[in-house]
Amino acid sequence: MADQMTKTQVNLFGLSKADYRGNPSTLCQGCGHNSISSQIIAACYEMNILPENVVKFSGIGCSSKSPTYFLNRSFGFNGLHGRMPSLATGALFGDYTLHGIGVSGDGDSASIGMGQFKHVVRRNLNMVYIIENNGVYGLTKGQFSATAEKGLQLKSQGTNPYMPIDIAWEALVGNATFVGRSFAGDPRSALHSYAWGKEHEVALHELSFVPPAEDITVEYDEGEAKEVTLHDGSRIILKKLEHEYDPHDRTAAMRILEEANAKQWLITGLIYISPTKPNLVDLHNLSPTPLNRLPENRIRPAKDTIEQVNNLMF
Amino acid sequence: MTTLQPVAEIEAPAEKQPVINNFSITVATVNGSGSQTSNITILRALFKMGIPVSGKNLFPSNIQGLPTWYTIRVSKDGYLARREEHEIVVAMNPASFLQDYNDVVPGGAFFYADDIKVPNNRQDISLYPMPVKQFVKESGAPSNLRDYIANMVYVGVLAQTLGIDLDKIYMALNFHFKGKVKPIDLNFGVVKAAYDWAVQNLTKTDPYRLEPMDATNGLIMADGNTAAALGSVYGGVHFVAWYPITPASSLAESLNEYLPMLRKDPEAPDKNTFAVVQAEDELAAIGMTVGAGWAGLRSMTSTSGPGLSLMTEYAGLAYYTEVPLVVWDVQRVGPSTGLPTRTAQGDLTFTYFMGHGDTQHIILLPGSVNECFTFGWQAFDIAERMQSPVFVLSDLDLGMNQWMAEPFAYPDKPMDRGKILWEEDLEKSDGVWARYRDVDGDGITYRTLPGNRHPRAAWFARGTGHDENARYSESDKVWHDMLERLKKKYNTARQYVPKPVIDTMDGARIGIIAFGSTDPAIKEARHILAEKGLPSAYLRMRAMPFTSEVGEFVSQYERIYVVEMNRDGQLHQLLTLEYPEQATHFISAAYTDGLPLTARRVVQAILATEEK
Repeated sequence: MADQMTKTQVNLFGLSKADYRGNPSTLCQGCGHNSISSQIIAACYEMNILPENVVKFSGIGCSSKSPTYFLNRSFGFNGLHGRMPSLATGALFGDYTLHGIGVSGDGDSASIGMGQFKHVVRRNLNMVYIIENNGVYGLTKGQFSATAEKGLQLKSQGTNPYMPIDIAWEALVGNATFVGRSFAGDPRSALHSYAWGKEHEVALHELSFVPPAEDITVEYDEGEAKEVTLHDGSRIILKKLEHEYDPHDRTAAMRILEEANAKQWLITGLIYISPTKPNLVDLHNLSPTPLNRLPENRIRPAKDTIEQVNNLMF
Repeated sequence: MTTLQPVAEIEAPAEKQPVINNFSITVATVNGSGSQTSNITILRALFKMGIPVSGKNLFPSNIQGLPTWYTIRVSKDGYLARREEHEIVVAMNPASFLQDYNDVVPGGAFFYADDIKVPNNRQDISLYPMPVKQFVKESGAPSNLRDYIANMVYVGVLAQTLGIDLDKIYMALNFHFKGKVKPIDLNFGVVKAAYDWAVQNLTKTDPYRLEPMDATNGLIMADGNTAAALGSVYGGVHFVAWYPITPASSLAESLNEYLPMLRKDPEAPDKNTFAVVQAEDELAAIGMTVGAGWAGLRSMTSTSGPGLSLMTEYAGLAYYTEVPLVVWDVQRVGPSTGLPTRTAQGDLTFTYFMGHGDTQHIILLPGSVNECFTFGWQAFDIAERMQSPVFVLSDLDLGMNQWMAEPFAYPDKPMDRGKILWEEDLEKSDGVWARYRDVDGDGITYRTLPGNRHPRAAWFARGTGHDENARYSESDKVWHDMLERLKKKYNTARQYVPKPVIDTMDGARIGIIAFGSTDPAIKEARHILAEKGLPSAYLRMRAMPFTSEVGEFVSQYERIYVVEMNRDGQLHQLLTLEYPEQATHFISAAYTDGLPLTARRVVQAILATEEK
């Protein structure tokens, strides 16, 4: 199929990859956020998702700037720091046929936005929630974020004394119906995660790490643990889930994250999925016509009801 | 309070001369003891007797145990503001008993539970002990209902001594208990027994009497929060996000009650054309509301001062990204927790400037239950026309107390959905359009909504600088021009907001400007002042921005008193900013103590200057 598309240069909708692009990125060259944006473009193009059927949301921070850099033909709203989930929640009631993509960062979701993150997970909003986690504050120049590991040393900040928040764990505990994690430098895995997320409309957790000049790429197999050295000299160990791993078992998912935590591994892959739970908009049993297209006679009660209302008063 | 000289708005009772339909009844009980049912039953019975009546619940921030008062005013002349004088006092609470006893006006009547010992130092009032405990015992009611039974005793005793029609009490109980025979019979049985006991055992020595009138025919009783919810339903609200807070909760709860009842989609009756979401806090409530408004929904939230504070950042973003939404602020005393169960008008300047940078918001100021209904639907028309947040400032007194009102009137205008471009509009223009270009010269630009599938429809909303095509921009000129256009748009709003209500008396030398729930107190104060030879003109503001009528009014009077329930004279400040050349003519008559304003306060404030 990929070969076929390369030949024709258009997908099933007759759209070329250019129809999925955004504006040129203003993020640092080689930033992991950019590779995630490229992967979103590739995923939507290859999965034949009409850009008009997607709505983009973000909060504040480097990651949250990135929705400008993909899917120019999709509506988007760059909201407030830590408050993207509520914005997306309201907006997705406008037209239930739309799919949400929310892009956030570790500061935006794990610090200022932890409350809204947990609540949007609990409500099972029909949105892929991508957290681009690099463990630091980029735009404000390098303060620790809540996902920074304990003991991490940064030149301007000293040593991080606090325990990190594991966003994948928080999503799982919060009853997310899809939890996945991938490394931005592993394009095949990221695309795969996105495809799952798109299909199941649930939270997704991306990891990316700011490189100063060039992309970090890493390829590793299922079940393999791979150490990656980042540009600040720190090291992380990525552990891809085994092929046999069953992501339907929530208890197993919790156990594997807990074990990985003890070994200081970062689990990548599809950690948990529960495909049958209704999403937030489904729960509200909405009209088949999108709410934002209902004419006046379907939203203003008929004139004869006013007497009924007045009779209800004393 | 003791420093004030009494204003004789109600005649002192002459010897043995009956006082009919013109006094106040205050009931002192323990919060959480179920007295609200008794009090509202009295209020409703009086209303059904055709007597103009108002009721105000003066309650503490407490679930159970603290003193609470309910004050009912009957006024044959239709003056329904709270009064500071208590002619009839019912004392059921030992904790406030002494204060309640001392509060009775000379010549007044004091009804009390007879297990509380009365000091014997007032010969100027009538004392009526009530054997409340005995009634409770004899009723055989289960322990969880005993407080309710106790409170029904005073309903029966008052009915007999003042002349409340028992049939009307039955009607009120029937309404309250939604026709359920068992609680109606239990409560009415106590009322009737207490009535019969009073016939046998009490001798009336006070002059206060109730007589049926014909002054409430065709009227309804409702609270402002219910009216606001119903108005919003008739405004076609699609989306509500809210977080519980006194005194606003009953607004959203009423939406939950009435939306399923009234919003039947003729084309898909088993599906919903609305959604109500209880958010995790006010930050999320307004975030959801902004998202829904941006997506083309008639979107609202309701809150009070502390919640409004939390909504500030999104309010600024919505102003600048030009998102329509409606925020009801049922005001209470602040800052912080303040007095959460007391009323105030303290959020006006905060709301007007809410945001950071240069922000001016559209504010509607309902002054009655009927305006809560009307502004409920009009707020959406204005928000969508102006592509802007619209704040509606009600207050606890208006929102939570029962008021006499005209029946709600069906909207007299079709909806105004504002400047929206759909697929067919973009096809006509070959997809050429710009989100923030002022095509019509009124500062209001065209918008498309998510779900519009035209390939040129999409745009990106952002709080950062943006050009006419909604593209990121840090250009100095772009920023400046955008802010100037928003100012122009705000000026355009002057022609869309409700105009003030103006009432002038012959020979008026002074003006009064006010807004909201102070209206009854001001009407009464103007009557008193006119009788003292001081006729006045009255302008009741119903919206910000100021409209041309306000400018004309302020230029006509040498002294204009600005009456409001806050400390700093917030409307006075805004008037001074808007009409600096008139600044020395404005005199602040601001007063706040958490209680609904009285005519006496208004008269005192005005006379203090006028008699200089």
